[in-house]
Amino acid sequence: MLIKLTGGAVYDPASGIDGAKQDIYIQDGRIVNKPVGDFKVDKEYDLNGKVVMSGAIDMHTHIGGGKGNIARTLLPEDHRQDPVHRTDICRSGCGHAMPSTFVTGYRYAEMGYTAGFEPAVLPINARQAHMEMADIPILDKGGYVLMGSDDYLLRMLTAKKDQKAINDYVAFTMQAAKAIGVKVVNPGGISAFKFNQRKLDLDEQNSHYGVTPREILRVLATAVKELGITHPLHVHGCNLGVPGNMNTTLDTIQGIGGLPMHLTHIQFHSYGTEGDFKFSSGAAQIAEAVNLNKNITIDVGQILFGQTVTASGDNMRQHANHKHASPNKWVTMDIECDAGCGVVPFKYKDQNFVNALQWAIGLETFLLVDDPWRIFLTTDHPNGAPFTSYPHLIRLLMDRSFRNDVLATIHPEAQKMTTLASIEREYSLQEIAIMTRAGAARLIGLQDRGALSAGNWADITVYTDNADRQLMFEKPDYVFKDGELVVVDGKVVHTKWGTTHVVKPDFDASVEKDLQKYFDRFLTMKLGNFKISDDEITEDGRGSLTVHPLKGTVA
Amino acid sequence: MAEITEVPSPFCGIGTDDLCIQVDGVSLKVVENGCAVNTPAFEQAITDTRPRVDGKDVSLDEAVARAAALLKNTNQPVIGGCATDVNGMRALLALADRSGAVVDNMNFTGARNNFLALQDSGWMNTTLAEVKNRCDLLLVVGVDLESFSPRFFERYLWNEESMFLDDTGKREVIYLGKTPSGNASTSPSGQKAQVFECANEDLPDVVAVLRALVKGNPIRVDSVGGIAVVDLQGIADKLKAASYSVVTWAAGALAYSQAELTVQTISEMVKDINNQNTRSSGLPLGGKEGDQTANQVCGWTTGYPARTRFSSGYPEYDPYLNDTNALLANGEADALVWVQAFNAKAVPPVTTLPTIVVGRSGMTFAKEPDVFIPVGTPGIDHAGHAYRMDNVVAIRLKKLRESALPSTFDVLNAIEQAL
Repeated sequence: MLIKLTGGAVYDPASGIDGAKQDIYIQDGRIVNKPVGDFKVDKEYDLNGKVVMSGAIDMHTHIGGGKGNIARTLLPEDHRQDPVHRTDICRSGCGHAMPSTFVTGYRYAEMGYTAGFEPAVLPINARQAHMEMADIPILDKGGYVLMGSDDYLLRMLTAKKDQKAINDYVAFTMQAAKAIGVKVVNPGGISAFKFNQRKLDLDEQNSHYGVTPREILRVLATAVKELGITHPLHVHGCNLGVPGNMNTTLDTIQGIGGLPMHLTHIQFHSYGTEGDFKFSSGAAQIAEAVNLNKNITIDVGQILFGQTVTASGDNMRQHANHKHASPNKWVTMDIECDAGCGVVPFKYKDQNFVNALQWAIGLETFLLVDDPWRIFLTTDHPNGAPFTSYPHLIRLLMDRSFRNDVLATIHPEAQKMTTLASIEREYSLQEIAIMTRAGAARLIGLQDRGALSAGNWADITVYTDNADRQLMFEKPDYVFKDGELVVVDGKVVHTKWGTTHVVKPDFDASVEKDLQKYFDRFLTMKLGNFKISDDEITEDGRGSLTVHPLKGTVA
Repeated sequence: MAEITEVPSPFCGIGTDDLCIQVDGVSLKVVENGCAVNTPAFEQAITDTRPRVDGKDVSLDEAVARAAALLKNTNQPVIGGCATDVNGMRALLALADRSGAVVDNMNFTGARNNFLALQDSGWMNTTLAEVKNRCDLLLVVGVDLESFSPRFFERYLWNEESMFLDDTGKREVIYLGKTPSGNASTSPSGQKAQVFECANEDLPDVVAVLRALVKGNPIRVDSVGGIAVVDLQGIADKLKAASYSVVTWAAGALAYSQAELTVQTISEMVKDINNQNTRSSGLPLGGKEGDQTANQVCGWTTGYPARTRFSSGYPEYDPYLNDTNALLANGEADALVWVQAFNAKAVPPVTTLPTIVVGRSGMTFAKEPDVFIPVGTPGIDHAGHAYRMDNVVAIRLKKLRESALPSTFDVLNAIEQAL
């Protein structure tokens, strides 16, 4: 079947196309060149006056894994506010802060998203992450495997194992957990919390291992680079949420010594200690550092006002943050000498000074970082806000007068502590397309996604241009996934199953000898039962694996 | 004859995966690392292989068609049992969504003690590998741990080596409530567990006093539930002195009214210990016969644990009203689907309602159900996934033999498609 999308204004940053009128042809799920000679178009969509982008990619969203399911279980009262009915096409479920898996897929697709990446896949919980993501319809998905507080790595560092050995272990873990990237959360801090340390600065030693977060970051970032993983080490830094942590973040950027590094939800790591409340914005300094250091990419983790739930691997910081739990109930877990988690419901309030300034810090960050290829649009769903708030966030970025109207309503002391009102920048459609499509695909290393040139998979979103950008991005006219029409006028009309994106870096098989001994001595599972096999992803007939090339192997 | 090693068990809840099983045709023999729970569960012979309708052998297609026909004419079916693997639960929830059924896991009334506490105030918990390597003091509340999980102590407490303890034999074990039925809790060097016995119904008071002592609140009685307050003070002191204490309980063993308050007191006490400059974690026991699996899969599919109804067209959770037994007793249901792929002895409640049983081969019924479809057991007859008690770890179940029995997924998916 040949589909033609006729006459839309195309925003395809990967091809350098910025709003030009252009036809797009789709065949067998992929975008193709205009066929030569005589050809018959089976289905044509008149897109005159419409905006065409590739399907959006959320490069950091908590959509699969145990902590999300704890968050769901914790909050029945939140689900009751947003029941989702079964239809002839869609399964029932729940929405709002931490939607059910099926609803996650529908609502992402209904905003024009066609892929989402779970950033915190604990190796020991990776099966669950993939099983949950297998129940998310329409979207492609993938995960970054969480390392850095696993006892095996910390033991290696204490024993001064060489970088090659660490690379082998990282590659093994990525393959065992079916990952496309590597994440580190509060490096070494999750482990330190189990030894009763309650904070861990960048140069502070884990009391048992004598290892510092700085060392962990450096060896993992080096491993990712040397293995040729496209996605840089994905870092949730030390001291999340602590006033003054901007200095830790700046030090982290300097300390990585030019290695590629992605700093995630940087808003939560950009706080100063100035002012009457000893809490201030560090966005300007952080943005300046990001602008100067081309090896650094960031996503923002914008907060937006309202009820949500925070779910993080950072049990140390989440335990400290439980004092702010609203409603007042929370969970932390220590997990399998591997990692941990903490789930704390939050209600961000515009009349709370700290929350209001957090909101402004996130927006300042967006607006002060120059290069849209190195900054990504996230709320760290659901931690800063549910992903369904993205259209509102896009409007805040694209519409200065709207932004200033909202700014005028927040806590007055927070208004005084932000430069937001003076920032004139408004994001363009092309910049939005970079942040949410082309840049994300490039950052993760997705081949044939995030672009609209021939050869790419036909993940395509069509919007009606509207000066109210929230309305525009809330309700695409059409969304195509792998060439199949899945959404019309912001409603799912058809569902399908996406693929799971992974990389398969090589490792020396001898790494498994030591690991097997370690598993038998200290863990609770046989190494052979720990590794996730390909058929676990594909045996239900719905899932598939897409293996992406490593750096240096791209044709 | 073949021998399969590193076999994980879905039966014991603690994720043992070192079983060695001899396979001779369709008969299995656990030759290494069996226990009182796992060995009989693996070795149980296949008896039924043919589905039955009204007691007569029929083909699978006929049985599926009859089940679908029965469900078509119902207003409020109930799917009970819910004891199967992840894929089985996926099909079960799809069927429930389509038919507007109530989904209710058979162990939920016990598990409810945990869910109510979790959903009211939360907890700080841990998993088995942390116990194995860190736990220096285990407090067992209200349960005979070794009859619950015969290999718990061998695997997770008296392990030869641990990463953070010089000598695992020096760990301390304290029982509060129940006396252990055997000696599994005695350390390899002969150190016996301390036991402070009380009646089940005194546990709320005993645990409340223990928490108060942990917080340093004055107690004006000398004993509670027959236990001297000085002994409880001793436990409180040890909890505060330990580097990483673990407090364990089994929600289902707290078989008295409002036991969720006991779980809550335990969990809040663990939080209190963590505010006194040391670490402590809770460890709820469970994970048998797919109970954690049911709650996990229902959790991500609906947002709620596995006592949820679909009769309004969307999921509605109610830990009391959606109880299978209550619905049957009150005449609120008009059909029962019973799904139990693990345990042939866990038969459905007797009812006059149309009944469809998707069960492990070998079930015997006081009253023959309208439809009985014997299914394979996950981890024996087909591969699959099941959750361990600590909820984080899903184990990959292996297929051990060719039995030709369909999986729960196959059967429930076929019924759903036939609707």
